Amino acid sequence: MDVVSKDQSEYLIIRGDKVYEVVIGLEVHAQVTSNSKLFSTSSTKFGAEPNTQVSLVDAAFPGMLPVINEFCVKQAIKTGIGLKAQINKRSVFDRKNYFYADLPQGYQISQFKDPIVGEGKVILDMPDGHKEVGIERLHLEQDAGKSIHDMDPESTFVDLNRSGVALMEIVSKPDLRSPDEVNAYIKKLRSIMRYLGTCDGNMQEGSLRADVNVSVRLKGIKEFGTRCEIKNVNSIKFMQMAINYEANRQVDLIEEGKTIDQETRLFDTKKNETRSMRSKEDAHDYRYFPDPDLLPLEVSDEFIEALKAEIPELPDEKKKRFMDEFKISPYEATILVSDIDVAKYFEEVVAKMGKNKDMKLTVNWITGELFAVLNEKNLEISQSPISAKNLAKLINLIKNGTISGKIAKSIFEHMMDGDLDPQMIVEEKGLKQESDPKALETLIDKIINENREKAIEYKQGKEKLFGFFVGQVMKNSGGKANPQMVNEILKKKLQE
Amino acid sequence: MSDITRQSLNSLVKNIKEKKLSSYEITKSFVERSEKSKKLNAYITEDFSNALVKAKKFDDSPNFDLKLPGIPIAVKDLFCTNGIKTTAASKILNNFIPTYESTVTQNIWDEGGILLGKLNCDEFAMGSSNETSYFGNVQNPIDENLVPGGSSGGSAAAVSGQLTPVTIGTDTGGSIRQPASFTGTVGLKPTYGSCSRYGIVAFASSLDQAGPMAQNVEDCALLQEVISTYDPKDSTSIDFKRNQYRKELSKNIKGKKIGIPKEYRVDGMPKEIEELWQKGIQHIKNCGAEIVDISLPHTSYALPTYYIVAPAEASSNLARYDGVKYGFRSEGYNLIDMYEKTRSEGFGSEVQRRIMIGTYVLSSGYYDAYYLKAQKVRRLIKSDFDEAYKLVDAILTPSTPSSAFKIGEKKDDPISMYLNDIFTVPVNLAGLPAISIPAGHDAKGYPLGLQIIGKAFAEQEILDIAYAMEEKIEFKNKINDWWM
Repeated sequence: MDVVSKDQSEYLIIRGDKVYEVVIGLEVHAQVTSNSKLFSTSSTKFGAEPNTQVSLVDAAFPGMLPVINEFCVKQAIKTGIGLKAQINKRSVFDRKNYFYADLPQGYQISQFKDPIVGEGKVILDMPDGHKEVGIERLHLEQDAGKSIHDMDPESTFVDLNRSGVALMEIVSKPDLRSPDEVNAYIKKLRSIMRYLGTCDGNMQEGSLRADVNVSVRLKGIKEFGTRCEIKNVNSIKFMQMAINYEANRQVDLIEEGKTIDQETRLFDTKKNETRSMRSKEDAHDYRYFPDPDLLPLEVSDEFIEALKAEIPELPDEKKKRFMDEFKISPYEATILVSDIDVAKYFEEVVAKMGKNKDMKLTVNWITGELFAVLNEKNLEISQSPISAKNLAKLINLIKNGTISGKIAKSIFEHMMDGDLDPQMIVEEKGLKQESDPKALETLIDKIINENREKAIEYKQGKEKLFGFFVGQVMKNSGGKANPQMVNEILKKKLQE
Repeated sequence: MSDITRQSLNSLVKNIKEKKLSSYEITKSFVERSEKSKKLNAYITEDFSNALVKAKKFDDSPNFDLKLPGIPIAVKDLFCTNGIKTTAASKILNNFIPTYESTVTQNIWDEGGILLGKLNCDEFAMGSSNETSYFGNVQNPIDENLVPGGSSGGSAAAVSGQLTPVTIGTDTGGSIRQPASFTGTVGLKPTYGSCSRYGIVAFASSLDQAGPMAQNVEDCALLQEVISTYDPKDSTSIDFKRNQYRKELSKNIKGKKIGIPKEYRVDGMPKEIEELWQKGIQHIKNCGAEIVDISLPHTSYALPTYYIVAPAEASSNLARYDGVKYGFRSEGYNLIDMYEKTRSEGFGSEVQRRIMIGTYVLSSGYYDAYYLKAQKVRRLIKSDFDEAYKLVDAILTPSTPSSAFKIGEKKDDPISMYLNDIFTVPVNLAGLPAISIPAGHDAKGYPLGLQIIGKAFAEQEILDIAYAMEEKIEFKNKINDWWM
């Protein structure tokens, strides 16, 4: 595969002297965070026993009618606000008609012509700067149930727990150009929704899935190529793999002089390839029409304004504030704001540190030591074994010279054993840094006396031996000697 | 008391409250008469023994504050009844027993009503003669081998034949008013949003409306008072101030302006219908109301519009009957095969016809030409009425273009069958209330009805007009119990 990536923002496919560009648009299905379903009062809790969270409405019993869940409407509008999008004061629920065993009504209630949210945008923080991705629309719809094909050789089982759960379908414009941008887009979208509390973004539980539209064209050409839609991809990694495969497949077809059929494809995660699911000719005719069981959804300006007042500081604004307030780099700020819980943790650490803050040290400890531990133990920051309060104390101990960075690392290890107070560890284990010049001079004199010959060699020009003396001093002090002071005093004494 | 079943609902209520009759006596009379009337085939499911137990229970601790104290009532088999089989007269729901109760029936039981059984109707309420029922034709008590109308044919026959004091039907395009007209009874289709659709097997959601059917206007008013409630479980239910329809009933319609739409004088309408209409006009005048000639210019488009909108919604509403979750299933070698067999065997031909029409008019490439255009015409029809109501308070028309016809006469001619609804469908398309009252007989002695159409939410007004006309018309139903 001749993929050229001059820098990370350019993803091009080269065949001979031809350079192809990949055009990607995403339809993300985000499960609305809500206790009950879009049109019924059943619970939406994940992982319950099959068919235990199903109401008569969800199972489409005769005479049952949908009643809109106002909370889900609020969540969709909030998400729209987070995407800087047009909120439509009047939207319409339509029926999308098709038969399937896990679709009890024989239709999905969705929004077709008049979605609740119109055009908006998402800003991606790419290594070479910002990239704006347009949002085409966001609409509310019901999820289907789940067909389970692998429990019995002859039968398919149906679990309706998911049937009727509220989804937001967020449709991007075809503005994405590489798997990396797709990665950044999904992460940013998830981050915004997690800030808003409108979708937990949990891809393992299926709270975030996407249909990926891929087309290719010669770089510099304006017209879009024929696109293929890859259905229901449920991880960023698979999205990237699917795009990579699909883009190359399309380029190969063009190079062979063949045409690309507009079709729906599936991504086989085991074989790492996409394959045709149905062609345009076989596409369902969904016979959309306005659901006569539901009136058009109308919201007032006051309703929208009240929701705007509930919107928290979002990642882009937070990033800007972090940069202004804490004087940290855009790169550092991006990392800290990408997850609302990380941002919260960071701000808590900063708040607990008091007046004499060291931002550089703080950022390094969170994104370095702490992230490494979380990664290793596979924990979310909300489950961090070390509280923000105690990390703040540890950083302060370094900052005020009580302990060295090296000692701090070993204290950090101890702290994980039940979120221990670093001050206590320092006292209990006597790890306080030795910064008394007289005590250090005495120690250094002793070391020089014990190694007279080496001290003479050093004076004669064997400067490498300086490291040996530092090591001896640190060793004899049990690692507690203040390294900077040791350096200074040693230099002076060795010259004497 | 052999005359119990001849009594009106209001006199039964009065007799119970005055302790002249017990609920058990009344219930037993209707049960016995129903037992003797099997030939009418009005019931799909009888619940007689339960009804008698409930009647006894009522008598043991009666509550006379209720509006229907211990009154037995049979209902159309389109209303879901908790624990009682509900079929919509279809094979596909042949074995379906709901675990829930429709709001409208619940309202009846809450006011002391007792379920007698579930009444026959056209399959999924699709039909005008009750001939599409999986459970067979209903006989009109007026004459042997005469259709009772439809879709609420069993309901109309049960009221007319005195198998139940009153009943409820549903009206999507005339399914209460046309059978009322064919059986010499009174039927009210309320304003869309007046009665909850929760728990009613859906035909066409934007048109379906439950309503009362009775022997007289006062009974109809009382039942409407009971069944019409605002229901948050139905998003199209409307929260408006509902009258005490029976209590507020008045014969004083002096000074009311009643419109006569010229477009309802259709070609080929029998002379006796025209004469009936003229008689009705005279009665209105005699009541002191004023007759005003009006125009509803889009009337002729109502029937084709209806036969696009209703099947479109039905094709989607009936998709849930797929053999997967409940009801009839025919085994197949895979899912699609199971769907096809289940739905081909489970639905009758009229239902299949409408599903196909509905699927067609919604399909891509045809949507704009049919469904969308029909929605536009529907708005024009509604605005016709809005214009007319600037001039008049209500509108008087015949209920049907003919009297009841023989069983089998129109069965193979759907167009001629659909034409039965020509005077009733505009009302559903406009969401308005309308009542059919018996107003005379044709040469064969079959009853004919007149329809009074009101403004939205003006049920009281049309009940009043019907009440005043009823007194002048002095209609007597000619029932000779031929089936006994």
